[in-house]
Amino acid sequence: MKTQISLTVNGRRRDDTVSDNLLLVDYLRETLGLNGTKIGCDGGECGCCTVLVDGRARHACLTLATSCDGTHVETVESLAAKGRLSAIQRGFNEKLGAQCGFCTPGMIMAAEGLLRENPMPTEDEIRAGMAANICRCTGYVKIIESVQAAARELAQ
Amino acid sequence: MEYLPNFQVHRPGTAEEAVKLRVDNVDARFLAGGTDMIVNVRRGIERPSDLIDLTHIGELTEIREEAEGIRVGAAVTLQQLSDHETVRKSYRAASEAAGSVAGPTHRAYGTVGGNLCLDTRCLFYNQSEWWRSSNAYCLKHRGEVCHVAPGGRECFAAYSGDLAPAMLVHEARAGLIGPDGRREIPLAELYRDDGMDHLTMAPGELLASVLLPKETADIPSGYEKSRVRGSIDFPLAGAAARLRTRDGVIEDIRVALTGVRSWPFALTGTDRFIGQVLDDNVLDDLREMARTQSKPMRTGTVAPWYRRRVVGALTRRLAARLGA
Repeated sequence: MKTQISLTVNGRRRDDTVSDNLLLVDYLRETLGLNGTKIGCDGGECGCCTVLVDGRARHACLTLATSCDGTHVETVESLAAKGRLSAIQRGFNEKLGAQCGFCTPGMIMAAEGLLRENPMPTEDEIRAGMAANICRCTGYVKIIESVQAAARELAQ
Repeated sequence: MEYLPNFQVHRPGTAEEAVKLRVDNVDARFLAGGTDMIVNVRRGIERPSDLIDLTHIGELTEIREEAEGIRVGAAVTLQQLSDHETVRKSYRAASEAAGSVAGPTHRAYGTVGGNLCLDTRCLFYNQSEWWRSSNAYCLKHRGEVCHVAPGGRECFAAYSGDLAPAMLVHEARAGLIGPDGRREIPLAELYRDDGMDHLTMAPGELLASVLLPKETADIPSGYEKSRVRGSIDFPLAGAAARLRTRDGVIEDIRVALTGVRSWPFALTGTDRFIGQVLDDNVLDDLREMARTQSKPMRTGTVAPWYRRRVVGALTRRLAARLGA
């Protein structure tokens, strides 16, 4: 079965006919070519596929594309503008929040969702707010510093 | 992971329509958040021909204050339940349990009904099709032998939902909608201690809501769990308790556990603590009661003896916290 969906992806309107069994992550990567969103564990355990649906973090690998009809989907590709990184991307770059970089798009989108709800989170709030995302390289200290740096920059 | 089977998604606007779709088709499944269902479909544990999306049904997505208590729709998200002002204040165990499920992203779209109806879990069951087929499957799904207890004909997969024990200590009621209409039962009667088939609902029946009754409102309560990591993982064991003391003497107590049998269950025999002073002896007795009524099996990577010890420790710690 196929269903017609209308949504915005990174601010651009899309009208597509998708199979009912198409996952959002495959729609983003295969249909739209937005490869920033990563497939890590394939089971909602790692958070690498985190995107924002209507402003809230969601696992693209556990979401059907048909369920996103009428929503606004944002991926890591939406953040940089006019050749300039977003505050969170800059935080991850400057504070060395990425090592191998595989979890980073999910981490950045989780941080994006967190900072929109809570622009000046404490360290505990950052740890709790990003607890659905796993990094196997950094030990999280640098990731937390990256989010704190971004929050400080956004507050200025 | 497998490619997803070729299913059709339905989006009914009422609970009755959803039930009708389910009754008409034995291979259909309800879908709410999908945090567990989609994983199971990807692993070939569920092979639905149709998925019935419940998230567009108005009555399922609301929390309503009624004369009898707080009615929580089954498609309310765990985060909404955890953050709800009255629930936080008056039904603390439910708020803490909902706020401790998996990670924040899961809680933002995982639902109350999905967590309460969570399938039982086992190391030999929650695996990819490839993994299970190379192990000759298991008793719970397509196989002949239980790899946890190869001699037996029983499935020991562990019920691992966080919310159920909290709802049990609040003595919540489950609102069900089926082909024959609506009914309400104590939530405890939704479950049976059978890893193969732990839900008592009739075929096609839908868990539509949970009622947190006003009789148990505002009694101190809480939830404690243990898991391998501080987030995302299912509980190794979890304990919820409702405990009211006056001048140190226990007036009301109820404890329920998860993760240590194939169903969430309330401890039997806790009434004998009523009228006693909540001291170290009573706390030790409570710990032993939780340990002896638990029956964790080798359904995960963590040894059963550890889970039995940890459930006792969690129960004791929680009772001490509530009594302080």
